[in-house]
Amino acid sequence: MVGYLVVLLLVLAAAAYWIGRTRAIASVNGDVARLHSLPGQHGMFLALFAAGPALLAIVVWSLVTPGIESSIIADRFSSELSGMGVPQVEAFIRDARAMAFGGLVGFADPTKEAAAAVYKSIHTTSTWIIWAVALVLSASGFYWAYSRIAQAYRARHVVERILRAFLIACSVVAILTTIGIVLSLIFESLRFFQQVPFYKFLFGTHWSPQSAFTGAGAEAGAVNEDIFGMVPLFAGTLLITFIAMLVAAPIGLMAAIYLSDYASKSVRAVAKPVLEILAGIPTVVYGFFAALTVAPYFRGIGESLGLNVASESALAAGVVMGIMIIPFVSSLSDDVINAVPQSLRDGSAGLGATKSETIRKVVLPAALPGIVSAMLLAVSRAIGETMIVVMAAGLAANLTANPLEAVTTVTVQIVTLLVGDQEFDSAKTLAAFALGLVLFCITLSLNIVALRVVQKYREQYD
Amino acid sequence: MNIMTEAGVEQKLSSATNAPLIKMKGEKVSVHYGEKRALFDVDLDVREHQVTALIGPSGCGKSTFLRCLNRMNDTIDIARVSGKITLDGEDVYDPKIDVVELRARVGMVFQKPNPFPKSIYENVAYGPRIHGLARSKAELDGIVESSLKKAGLFNEVKDRLLESGTGLSGGQQQRLCIARAIAVSPEVILMDEPCSALDPIATARVEELIDELRQNYTIVIVTHSMQQAARVSQRTAMFHLGYLVEEGATDKMFTNPDDKRTQDYITGRFG
Repeated sequence: MVGYLVVLLLVLAAAAYWIGRTRAIASVNGDVARLHSLPGQHGMFLALFAAGPALLAIVVWSLVTPGIESSIIADRFSSELSGMGVPQVEAFIRDARAMAFGGLVGFADPTKEAAAAVYKSIHTTSTWIIWAVALVLSASGFYWAYSRIAQAYRARHVVERILRAFLIACSVVAILTTIGIVLSLIFESLRFFQQVPFYKFLFGTHWSPQSAFTGAGAEAGAVNEDIFGMVPLFAGTLLITFIAMLVAAPIGLMAAIYLSDYASKSVRAVAKPVLEILAGIPTVVYGFFAALTVAPYFRGIGESLGLNVASESALAAGVVMGIMIIPFVSSLSDDVINAVPQSLRDGSAGLGATKSETIRKVVLPAALPGIVSAMLLAVSRAIGETMIVVMAAGLAANLTANPLEAVTTVTVQIVTLLVGDQEFDSAKTLAAFALGLVLFCITLSLNIVALRVVQKYREQYD
Repeated sequence: MNIMTEAGVEQKLSSATNAPLIKMKGEKVSVHYGEKRALFDVDLDVREHQVTALIGPSGCGKSTFLRCLNRMNDTIDIARVSGKITLDGEDVYDPKIDVVELRARVGMVFQKPNPFPKSIYENVAYGPRIHGLARSKAELDGIVESSLKKAGLFNEVKDRLLESGTGLSGGQQQRLCIARAIAVSPEVILMDEPCSALDPIATARVEELIDELRQNYTIVIVTHSMQQAARVSQRTAMFHLGYLVEEGATDKMFTNPDDKRTQDYITGRFG
């Protein structure tokens, strides 16, 4: 097993650390001050060379082997798989792998059994190979580094350089993952736009993808292009976000002002964590709070006023979402307001301004860019929020500006498009990717604007 | 506003003998920060149209005393002031006194220039606006211009009044802060080490300005620089460990002080 190999390498690394340290001390007969690098740095140097290359090899191996193994299987069984499409071949290989590793597949199939046996033997061979490669790398790395340790050897520099490379690798992984996600969004969206023209998607006002197919067993050619208009979803998202910000922006900002400028230390010590607990409540809890408490309440009020309120109204979802974002707004704004130097407050007070005048005329204008960016971040949070709207706002894609009616949002539709038994390459499922792409573009641009504003704001005081 | 008390009458009488009026008077002023006592029974007079310098080593209580004069210590939760401070005979810690009005009469300039992140014009217009001193835009323009002129800054900034005050140099910023304080027509201006963040040239300009301002205002300045105290002030008060050591005419304080501690501090033997 490769897991044992990794553990073994880590043990080797620990041992190498100790050996390197000891050898470095021995090389100067215990007079540590004569060493160029500290003994621990020599130990680290030896450990890195003993385990590093081998671990790297394991990472590469685990990334590459599944692909190689699959292609070998596909190659061996090419005659059996010849009649199948791409998804079926993928499913076949997946089943074979599951059986090889002892998993249960719903029904037995002699071809799959055979494939599983082949898979198992290939995998065993490749595991042996990686064991051998890793141990050879480890031994030679250890030998090479061990022979280098000496009084004047600059182990510190080597360790620093390796650490730097490691940190770069970590950030590259983070960046590549993001790029990968974006690329997959783009490519799947392109596939969608081959079936539905993008202008019909972007500007269409009718959304009902559940009726995308004219009849049972219909082929992809029968896609009705006119039912993929995202405008109602976008309008619904904007409406709910607007209502949410209407709730969150004033309350959050006022709470932030109170916390930063009026609250005594003891009040602040209690109130701030409590507000932040609000941010820790899972959104699904807010969701049933919205659906079971707030929505019926609004409906009741609406009825007593003679208004017709839908039981799943945009108003209920928006208000609850606003409550959810309050801590987000207040915590960010509080940081920004606190960052306004005390000297400005003193200066204003020294001229005879009252506290509220100081806040209105000096503190808030100085903090405004930061507050704006806090609001924009809150908006992008609201746009991306799913659970509350799934539970409280409903699924009907109405194009309306009336907050008392049911609306639906982009995120809710992504969920409903992908939930359940779906054919992956149908226009309906691909539409989810296109929606995701649009959502991504909106939140990305909001975040970019917000960060720009924050940067500009920072320069002002530095 | 100017209630004629007995003390006031006395002051008026004494002015006949050409001695300057006493503008502010501290009697047994003590300050506690929580448990710690920072100022012990300080009696100090501030005379009208003179510059009073407060000197002493760091932590001696001179800034604390200065901040008592316009109740800036109110903004510190744990600070507690006892004793009596009067402005023209009125007790400034009287509950009936409006702090806002007091601070309009006793302005303050801080150690670090702290212009608001607004335009130069808005910085100066801030005080007159909140106190409603100008009835029209033209009047406000006039106040801004005359304040900047009095602060010796007008010629340098007259073409860029709408640019940000934070874009000025350190010395200009400090003069902007002085103009901002002047704009509300205070009677007393408190300056807390106004030159400590400035280079020597800017310092010289501000000192010159302080000397000019003395004609119209009463000034109290905290400074760490002996030379500055000697150059700009008429009276000097020496603080040490929260006590007022001695107080007197600057000439006498610097040539023939009564207290050995003052002599040691002035000649640089401690502090």
